Amino acid sequence: MSSNVITVPVGQIEARPWVDELHQWLTTVDHKRLGILYIVSALLFLVIGGVEALIIRVQLMHSHNNFVSPEVFNRMFTMHGTTMIFFVAMPVLFGFANYLVPLMIGARDMAFPRLNAFSFWLSFLGGLLLYFSFLGGSGLYGAGNAPDVGWWSYAPLGARAFSPGHSSDYWTLALLVSGFGSIGTAINIIATILCLRCPGMKLNRMPLLAWLNLVMAGMVLLAITPLSAAQIMLLIDRYLGGHFFDTQAGGSAVLWMHFFWIFGHPEVYILIIPCFAFMSEIIPVFSRKPIFGYPVMVAATVCIAFVSLSVWAHHMFTIGMSSYANSFFTLTTMVIAVPTGIKIFNWIGTMWGGKIQFKTAMLFSIAFLFQFLIAGLTGVMMACSPFDWQLSLSYFVVAHFHYVIVGGILFALFGAFYYWYPKMTGRMLSERLGRWHFWLFLIGFHLTFDVMHIPGILGMPRRIYTYEPGRGWDTLNLIVSIGAFIQAIAILVFVANLIISYFKGAEAGNDPWDAWTLEWSVSSPPPAYNFATVPTVSSRRPLWDLKHPEDPDSRYE
Amino acid sequence: MSAATTSFPNTPEAWDLPSRGKVAMAGLIIAESAIFTIFVVAYLFYLGKSITGPTPSEVLETPIFYTICLLSSSLTIHFAAKCLARSITFAFLGLWLLTITLGGLFLYGTAREWHRLIYDHGLTISTNLFGTTYYSLVGLHAFHVTAGLIMLAIVAVFGLTGRVGVKQSGRIEVLSMYWHFVDAVWVVVFTVVYVLGR
Amino acid sequence: MKSSLECGWQIALLLFWSASPLWAAEPGGSTGQGTSIFSPASTPAKSIADVSVFVLVITGIIFLVVFALLLYSVVRFRGRATDGGREPAQVYGSMQIELAWTIIPILIVVVLFLATARVIHAVQDAPEPAGALDVIAIGHQYWWEFRYPKLGIVTANELHIPVSDPDHPTPTFLQLLSVDTDHSFWVPELAGKTDLIPNHPNRMWMDPQRTGVFMGQCAQYCGTQHAKMLLRVSVERADDFGAWVHAQQKPAVEDAGAIAGRQVFEHNACMNCHAVGGTPADGRFGPDLTHLMSRATIAAGAAENTHDNLRLWIQNPSAIKPGSLMPAMQLSDADLDAVVSYMETLH
Repeated sequence: MSSNVITVPVGQIEARPWVDELHQWLTTVDHKRLGILYIVSALLFLVIGGVEALIIRVQLMHSHNNFVSPEVFNRMFTMHGTTMIFFVAMPVLFGFANYLVPLMIGARDMAFPRLNAFSFWLSFLGGLLLYFSFLGGSGLYGAGNAPDVGWWSYAPLGARAFSPGHSSDYWTLALLVSGFGSIGTAINIIATILCLRCPGMKLNRMPLLAWLNLVMAGMVLLAITPLSAAQIMLLIDRYLGGHFFDTQAGGSAVLWMHFFWIFGHPEVYILIIPCFAFMSEIIPVFSRKPIFGYPVMVAATVCIAFVSLSVWAHHMFTIGMSSYANSFFTLTTMVIAVPTGIKIFNWIGTMWGGKIQFKTAMLFSIAFLFQFLIAGLTGVMMACSPFDWQLSLSYFVVAHFHYVIVGGILFALFGAFYYWYPKMTGRMLSERLGRWHFWLFLIGFHLTFDVMHIPGILGMPRRIYTYEPGRGWDTLNLIVSIGAFIQAIAILVFVANLIISYFKGAEAGNDPWDAWTLEWSVSSPPPAYNFATVPTVSSRRPLWDLKHPEDPDSRYE
Repeated sequence: MSAATTSFPNTPEAWDLPSRGKVAMAGLIIAESAIFTIFVVAYLFYLGKSITGPTPSEVLETPIFYTICLLSSSLTIHFAAKCLARSITFAFLGLWLLTITLGGLFLYGTAREWHRLIYDHGLTISTNLFGTTYYSLVGLHAFHVTAGLIMLAIVAVFGLTGRVGVKQSGRIEVLSMYWHFVDAVWVVVFTVVYVLGR
Repeated sequence: MKSSLECGWQIALLLFWSASPLWAAEPGGSTGQGTSIFSPASTPAKSIADVSVFVLVITGIIFLVVFALLLYSVVRFRGRATDGGREPAQVYGSMQIELAWTIIPILIVVVLFLATARVIHAVQDAPEPAGALDVIAIGHQYWWEFRYPKLGIVTANELHIPVSDPDHPTPTFLQLLSVDTDHSFWVPELAGKTDLIPNHPNRMWMDPQRTGVFMGQCAQYCGTQHAKMLLRVSVERADDFGAWVHAQQKPAVEDAGAIAGRQVFEHNACMNCHAVGGTPADGRFGPDLTHLMSRATIAAGAAENTHDNLRLWIQNPSAIKPGSLMPAMQLSDADLDAVVSYMETLH
């Protein structure tokens, strides 16, 4: 029996001067450190994006409010959306992928560590560029600074004629730069998974997290690039006198919409699939059973990836496509609900017959299942294009996608934090603070986003800095805003938990959750080289086999 | 829950995974193909929709010679890589330099074409939809050719100073994948612009 | 135990959610402020509402079934301290179950799709009957231009259309155009929304079956004052509509007492943007003012059409709608009063 871990007792490592430590972090090519850099920078942007959301919600608390001017409001929703999608959700998911994928497949690092670092810093630079616009840009009619064209920058609103100055150029360049970073990370993930798996880890023995990140990375290659192409075209229009989206020269505003949503729809699957991965690791461990239907979960995810490339125009049901086009996209959008639903059933199937432990990570996972179910069903409602002719561009859509992104993605991420924080830091997060975080956030989330569906049904469009009294929207918006503040408090509790537990949390040990994948076989945090000797595996749950030699998984695969 | 050691049953199996350089380059090619596809879609969509200005059939001349140059450079780089794998370094270098020359000729041809279009026909990127989509698509391709030539030139420098041998043949193959991709894109662009578009 | 709290919470949410359609349906648009998609007054809106209820029922059933399964599993299979650390049976999956929960959803999708496709075609491909009214709606930053080509009328922001009798329909068919950015015409009680996109004409129709004033607003973000690009549709009986048309077709009222104001209007930049029928003023950038006083609001619904608001709008539009393209006219008080008086003669 060979030793796979060299443990160094705490206290024998000399403390380094902080300048050296900082230098190490800035020049690191270690996937674990880059993962943490991605996650921490995402948390910073989460707070900033959250403040932007709170500004929006204060302004909308009642009709005809003037907390902020229309120009500032329009910048806030543009920056909030852009920040959350590109500088919070994508980086934090890349961060977890970076940290976990090599460990879970028994590798020492990603395939291209320097490309990894380059991709992170490109991504971070993109975020800085976007926020530099507050200082450097100027917007509509020279009236503002940060971009205010919405996070889609629809043509011709994004053209020189309607967005003079540079604010929307900061939007374009920030996303172009971070887009290249995303492509680099995606290439790295694919090469790592296909080329660096440890002996015995055939593709059908990989943890689902690895599989799902592989699918996600493939989608990044095909989805981010159309946006990059469209942005290059926009820059050509704005700076070289091009006419790609110049309706006066015969150009098409609808073409931008197609290009944008060919990116935009797969993008949301890019965001949710890694969260499916978290759920597929966490739910089995806290149900004490393997994932139900591993091959079907893989097949369903691949299916989702393919179908997601064919649904994009469900974001365009109101732009006047033919009835045949509308019917086609209605069909494909409803079809994609099938593999997605299958996954929900499989998670429930995993819990079924298990012995569920209600640790904080599992609480967030159960809430994810509930909320993702609802979000998926409101999605089916909007897949029905006539229903969408009313619901589109209203607060119903805003409620739907926040249900997915906050109720689904963020809840899954919280689960991932509580589950893997011990591995990353060697300390357990406080369960007590975790429960405060969970319940406060749950209450705030539902207060805001359940109620938010209703103004949409009552005719309230999105992206409006104020609204008319007498439409029946006032009280509802007030409740929505109150919920937002409750969520903000919950986030503060979470951040406090992250910081306090780092110093005072219980020691985690290698395997606090009695889990089954390779990352739990090394110390917490893992050594820089991950594994002293590269492991060999013979089943999907190598640690289960070790802990249960009388009934290993390898017997059944 | 202590910091115990864990170990795994040894299951001797042949374990042969693809080369990471090739997988990464394949990934890059897929991503770049998506970018080119969008530009091609824009080009095709806007055919015949220009409100003013010269049309493709009025001004375009099919660049047959320069296309042959570029496509043959795929052959030369293929054989260069083969030679290197068999350690025939001299042939490798000769074919490599020939590849660069052929690629350079192609770029020269593009420059000539653009000079003619701009100065003789007044077609620029801002003239009309045709101008915008033509220069963007052909220009994007030319940019990728240029990037490729720079990489090929770097390898040439290392090769001429005796630093490229059979051990580097894996990397040379990865680079030649990129070059083949650039040529394949030209086949598509050529068909769309000079065949379908006129 | 924690899990019973979790269950209780989930049940509370379930009740909350199932009650929400009740809050959402608001009776009547004829009071002038209702904009619920579930009080349709016109065939397209009604077709949409009907298929929407069907979809809601089906998704509601799906929700209840899956929620029940989730709740059951969370309660029934919670780990207890008395377990003794034994692991439960390690079940890997079941092909039969997977097939079942694949095929049933596919069938549901087929049903939903067929129901939807019918409505798509019924609404989008409806032929225009002979008695239909044609209106061209042109989106501007941040106001609506309405033209009635066969009646020779040009007006702004407030659309008047005839009520339609289901037995002898007189629907209104709108062609949707834009001069600048994308907009979207949304009056929830009359129809689903359709966008106004430059260089991409669209078409929509509505046949309101009750009279009244129906509210809406632009739904596609079009710039700074997107929020104040409001819509007001007056649906009138045939005789009232006829009277309105007749009044709109006349050239501008010529009131001798407003000569001074008219001169201010025509000698300043006003006529570069605005048109007043029967006078030299024929600017098209801003709303047609020929029958300004026939409108209840100004600035696309941002303010009531009163003397003070008119005066303020001309003097300092930013006070009402900052970011609108109406410039502050920098008139002296005397000129301002005169031109407002002139505006007030334009019935």
